[in-house]
Amino acid sequence: MKLAYWMYAGPAHIGTLRVASSFKNVHAIMHAPLGDDYFNVMRSMLERERDFTPVTTSIVDRHVLARGSQEKVVENITRKDKEDLPDLILLTPTCTSSILQEDLQNFVNRAAMEAKSDVLLADVNHYRVNELQAADRTLEQIVRFYIQKAKKQNLLVTNKTIKPSVNILGIFTLGFHNQHDCRELKILLNDLGIEVNEIIPEGGSVLNLKNLPKAWFNIVPYREVGLMTAVYLEKEFKMPYVDITPMGIIQTEAFIRTLGKILNSLDKSKDYNFDHFIDQQTRFVSQAAWFARSIDCQNLTGKKAVVFADATHAVAMTKILVREMGIRVACAGTYCTHDSDWFREQVWGFCDEVLITDDHTQVGDMIARIEPSAIFGTQMERHVGKRLDIPCGVISSPVHIQNFPLGYRPFLGYEGTNQIADLVYNSFTLGMEDHLLEIFGGHDSKEVITKSLSTQSELNWTIDAINELNKIPGFVRGKIKRNTEKFARLNSITEISIEVMYAAKESVGS
Amino acid sequence: MYKNTELSKNMSISSNDSLKFECETGNYHTFCPISCVSWLYQKIEDSFFLVIGTKTCGYFLQNALGVMIFAEPRYAMAELEEADISAQLNDYKELKRLCLQIKQDRNPSVIVWIGTCTTEIIKMDLEGMAPKLEVEIGIPIVVARANGLDYAFTQGEDTVLAAMATRCPEKEKSPEISENSSKILNLNKDLLSSVSVSEINLKQDSSVVKNEEEKQPSLVLFGSLPSTVVSVLTLELNKQGIEVAGWLPSQRYSDLPSLGEDIYVCGVNPYLSRTAMTLMRRKKCKLINAPFPIGPDGTRAWVEKICEVFGRIPKGLEERETKIWQNLEDYLALVRGKSVFFMGDNLLEISLARFLTRCGMIVYECGVPYLDKRYQAAELKLLETTCFEMNVPMPRIVEKPDNYYQVQRIRELQPDLVITGMALSNPLEARGITTKWSVEFTFAQIHGFSNAKDILELVTRPLRRNQLQQVSSKTLVKFNEKKHQLI
Repeated sequence: MKLAYWMYAGPAHIGTLRVASSFKNVHAIMHAPLGDDYFNVMRSMLERERDFTPVTTSIVDRHVLARGSQEKVVENITRKDKEDLPDLILLTPTCTSSILQEDLQNFVNRAAMEAKSDVLLADVNHYRVNELQAADRTLEQIVRFYIQKAKKQNLLVTNKTIKPSVNILGIFTLGFHNQHDCRELKILLNDLGIEVNEIIPEGGSVLNLKNLPKAWFNIVPYREVGLMTAVYLEKEFKMPYVDITPMGIIQTEAFIRTLGKILNSLDKSKDYNFDHFIDQQTRFVSQAAWFARSIDCQNLTGKKAVVFADATHAVAMTKILVREMGIRVACAGTYCTHDSDWFREQVWGFCDEVLITDDHTQVGDMIARIEPSAIFGTQMERHVGKRLDIPCGVISSPVHIQNFPLGYRPFLGYEGTNQIADLVYNSFTLGMEDHLLEIFGGHDSKEVITKSLSTQSELNWTIDAINELNKIPGFVRGKIKRNTEKFARLNSITEISIEVMYAAKESVGS
Repeated sequence: MYKNTELSKNMSISSNDSLKFECETGNYHTFCPISCVSWLYQKIEDSFFLVIGTKTCGYFLQNALGVMIFAEPRYAMAELEEADISAQLNDYKELKRLCLQIKQDRNPSVIVWIGTCTTEIIKMDLEGMAPKLEVEIGIPIVVARANGLDYAFTQGEDTVLAAMATRCPEKEKSPEISENSSKILNLNKDLLSSVSVSEINLKQDSSVVKNEEEKQPSLVLFGSLPSTVVSVLTLELNKQGIEVAGWLPSQRYSDLPSLGEDIYVCGVNPYLSRTAMTLMRRKKCKLINAPFPIGPDGTRAWVEKICEVFGRIPKGLEERETKIWQNLEDYLALVRGKSVFFMGDNLLEISLARFLTRCGMIVYECGVPYLDKRYQAAELKLLETTCFEMNVPMPRIVEKPDNYYQVQRIRELQPDLVITGMALSNPLEARGITTKWSVEFTFAQIHGFSNAKDILELVTRPLRRNQLQQVSSKTLVKFNEKKHQLI
């Protein structure tokens, strides 16, 4: 047992449902107790979906416990088959069904005989994988199923498209800015003269999966979901894949160059050279390169930041901050503990320390200890930042509704670099304001509020010291307060006077 | 089964066939009953709720409760891992470890264990372990099985209160009031919040009344309500010369009311049937079966019923109700003649349907997860009379509804307002159907005379929005043309 208040990645079935409900005309049936269909609420509220979420529950209640699901699951599948005529019905196990150990595969086989639609059992173990891993597996499972089915029926389309084309794998519902990223990728590929063959799972149809081999190669924009599918397609059809996330100028350039390399190796008749395109985009479409050069960005040089997110976004953000903006990343971390080796390798040399954990208190303590000027993390880090008075830019799920903006906000591609530059710049206290506050002693004289992660402080501040503290600019006040208290504790001082404050300052300065 | 003679009279409605009851497949959307920790940990200030379940439970809590999680809540998950499921780890030792940690970090007066589907299936003997562990760590442990196998949404509170009822001290035949109240005073001395100060006053007042009227039996109300609503309802009864001896739950676990044979109990919420049962059977209390104090009509009927049992003639209630209705006129003009469809997910439906019928609305369907016809007898009776008096057809009451069939019916009936969960709100709105989230009724203050306005504020919000917004109605008209393909 583990005492837990909060988690970064959800349970396995959420990943499966995200993939299933991203496809068109696929219905997921959860084998779960009443109330486990919270996914429907999230999709309807966060994505502001206009359509009913194609997820229903075959409810596990007392009768099921006593007698087994028996006909219930089969009935629910065949009923849904008649009601909605879906192409595929995906039976989704949950934590409850995985301990009941019913033979769900048997139900699926029986239902498949009756139903017009295809019926599959999602192959995920609740206790072994999390939301992201489950999504990755489910996508691969569905693709594999339809490729094999097409093979059997001799319907597989194996001839390549005339023009170069790609499949985009891993764009799906409730993903962090996935819709915008997808649009940006399409624009980018279009500019490069590359056609998009299929995008899965978002908006894709399972009936079109047999067309996947038509594409020249695959693109996996996010590390977490789609990689298994890409590997499968590579094995099966020798389709190369690109798993570089085109986030940030340098990464986008690397992404495009890799596309060029693959195209050149597949098509000897033409020379695919994107140098001119990259140059044009970097200088004129993306403002990020110029921003990095401008004196605005100079003020950010050497400022301390902390990055914590899923593997894809944490790695990309760390590289952007360090290589493109000259910011010092004191700690880079991820909650994708299953992918820690890859993460370490990617951020090696870019940050002072690496934190791999799915315990949010560890992340909070790390931030409190490092006291960066800005945090780039998830909604949880944003709240830690609020309490410590440190600004935070949200760069990854888990997210709130505010991370599903209506406006166009990609993180990938050249427009993405602009968005990221804005996000980073706005997160740090503006340079000039910074100086003026220091010179004039701040413009907010409100009461000093204790903002630390520890709930109680046994230290007393004298009135003089509090007044002195009030003179310190707001954005560094918390830090000075904490440093002073740290100093007092180290020297076993219980009452903090002005003298103690300055002694603390000297000890830090020296 | 029910001792109260009043009940048998009310029970006759079930044989009388005027209200139509149906039962569907139970394939509907609702919240998991563990969501009750969100309001109960705030209500019972010195408690700590430990939900013993899986990541699925945790994910639901963290998402459903939104930002509350960032305010260091007094609840946590005991997340079961594979080794717990396969019994490689010892449940007792594991729970002891976690509870000791909670004791050290928060030092609560009570730890409430919430059993979930998983603990049910692996048959973890929480009720067996709790008393042993309680002795070992020195903190009371209350066990409530609020799981999705058996219950829906608000019924979670019912399971917790039923478990807590057994922890209420026994009332002796001749109560020593002075000692009791002085104990309360001492306890409250440390608390500087205004709420507790007003509570002290209430208790002092009531003890004075009590001394005057030795013979009056005492009344304990059950159901978790925000402290302001508690004061409002208590005052309402005080006006009739009835004192409230205590509430289940109380603001603090240490203040649980004492119960016994001569205590009358009355519920304030429609989903507390297990608690009512426990109070009657285990604590030998007498249940007052009344409609629930939701809406001015419900509040009046509730107070009147209690007065009747206590042999008092209600004073000024009629004027009070009329006055409230007059003040609501602006809202009533908006809802009169409009139709409403309850999809059903929080068990407040019958009371709300009754109130809205009185407001002049027509209720097409009243979905409800579970209906205890005995516990809700008076409420059902009032719904029936209200329909009769307002001259509208009786709603069909659908227990364990099927959301898919309901959507078909909504499509046919095109009601003016659908009260439903968040999973269906946006899709229905996209089809030109006006909706109101049902969950808000659980968290808003809807009890007593003065809160009737809040209910109507909620109900009319989408209607007022429709009047004000010109943009959405334009786009929706376009959308409506395609609607039939979409639904």
